[in-house]
Amino acid sequence: MNSVDVVIIGGGPAGLAAAVSAKEAGSGKVLVIERNNELGGILVQCIHNGFGLHTFGEELTGPEYADRYIKKATEAGAEFLLNTMVLDISGDRVVTAMNEKDGLFQIKAGAVILAMGCRERPRGALNIPGSRPAGIYTAGTAQRLINIEGLMPGKEVVILGSGDIGLIMARRMTLEGAHVNAVVELMPYSTGLRRNIVQCLDDFNIPLLLSHTVIRTEGKEHLTGVVVAEVGPDRKPVPGTEIHYDCDCLLLSCGLIPENELSRQTGVAISPVTNGPVVDDTFETSIPGVFSCGNVLHVHDLVDYVSEEAGKAGRYAAVYARKHGAEERGSHRIEVCAEGGRGVRYTVPSSIYEDSMDEKVTVRFRVGSVFKWAYISVYADDERILHQKKKILTPGEMCQVQITKEQLQSISGLKKLTVKIEEE
Amino acid sequence: MEKRELTCIGCPMGCSITVEMEGKDILSVAGNSCRIGDRYARTEVINPVRTLTTTAVVEGGDLPRVSVRTAANVPKGKLAECMKAINALRLKAPVAIGDIVLHDIAGTGVDVVATKNIRRVS
Repeated sequence: MNSVDVVIIGGGPAGLAAAVSAKEAGSGKVLVIERNNELGGILVQCIHNGFGLHTFGEELTGPEYADRYIKKATEAGAEFLLNTMVLDISGDRVVTAMNEKDGLFQIKAGAVILAMGCRERPRGALNIPGSRPAGIYTAGTAQRLINIEGLMPGKEVVILGSGDIGLIMARRMTLEGAHVNAVVELMPYSTGLRRNIVQCLDDFNIPLLLSHTVIRTEGKEHLTGVVVAEVGPDRKPVPGTEIHYDCDCLLLSCGLIPENELSRQTGVAISPVTNGPVVDDTFETSIPGVFSCGNVLHVHDLVDYVSEEAGKAGRYAAVYARKHGAEERGSHRIEVCAEGGRGVRYTVPSSIYEDSMDEKVTVRFRVGSVFKWAYISVYADDERILHQKKKILTPGEMCQVQITKEQLQSISGLKKLTVKIEEE
Repeated sequence: MEKRELTCIGCPMGCSITVEMEGKDILSVAGNSCRIGDRYARTEVINPVRTLTTTAVVEGGDLPRVSVRTAANVPKGKLAECMKAINALRLKAPVAIGDIVLHDIAGTGVDVVATKNIRRVS
């Protein structure tokens, strides 16, 4: 069986950034396993600009951003296996994979990094009544059809869900000559970035219907129309508010789900909130030597944060592999908790080892509802150690705070950090 | 005096910016967190511009389309005209990131560049 220092599963932005930093941290052999026929993951179909402001200080398109990391990883000496599907990871890090050329094979990994990304919530998970006509796609499928394959999925369009991909596709389809009737959002707020509402909807006078949903699809062979209705505070349709649209295309942009079949099969503990692995400040999962980063860990809005996070995971995985697991994590484990409810829904990481942590740890989280001029507070046990005023906090935008080693060390016997949102 | 409320598209923060103007004279810009926001607001109220990203047809490549972008911002009102010009292109593979695929699109003085590598296949 071949031995590899670090095996990275997934060659998207997370996997590539992890590969770069694992090599830079001195790992011998770093292998990225990718099921697609090219590297870059979802970035290759995200042809719009807006990527890389934090990482490179300029606005790149998705393919350009991916290309920079592919070059970096190649130059750093990482190796890649394309068209290869990982089937299993054992608890002692034997990776079983297969492809057309090598058949079924196994690799013994010093450390494994899970970087499989996420996928879109499909129609089947949305309970939209109606038959199963052609013309209903997830927004990402439509994005691939248009941007990679040069095919138009429809001419008269309704988009359900105002996540970023839905907004981006509203503009994309309009530019390509389709008529986007409306973007329909179940919640009273959009989960997309504000800039995307401006430049993708407002620029083209596309209406955004908040607190609305699609209650019916029409058409048997091909979609001929949809019925949209307003929803009440209980998110149930309000009778008498139905709007009918003639359309041949319905795009669904209704959330992303981390793709953790492999992680579950391996026995990695999964958070019920993020649907991603539970990790500590080194991005190590509940299984020693198995790390996780990117959208498989928790769904991000910005690729720059994915790259940053994955860079750390890569470095820690390299250290783990080099010391053959003998790397001692600190002994002082501090739990990081979210208050839950409307406020902070989860945190990544969910624990910090104070004695082995970096000088600074970034704790990322999402809130459960919209807050204006509220405070992000961090409590160390019962003592408030951080209190930051924010103009706006919304579920659509990931938030973060930084915790320093100094802060944590100054409190003796600290057991728990709690991140919460406070009105004052 | 006219007041315009804008959402900055300069970065994902999406600052809410208020511009006070008298005719075409900008009296004040407030609410932005950085210089990008100031510049965006001053341009947006007089001559809104955008980066256009789309795809162009490639012949003889490993994929039928190459993604492209305008190398700089173009006037918002010219987006449709720019799309028409790019859709008329018939590029030949190979195409490399950064290749200029169209000069001076729609008389804007802005070039269109490829953002993806397309290999040639026989």
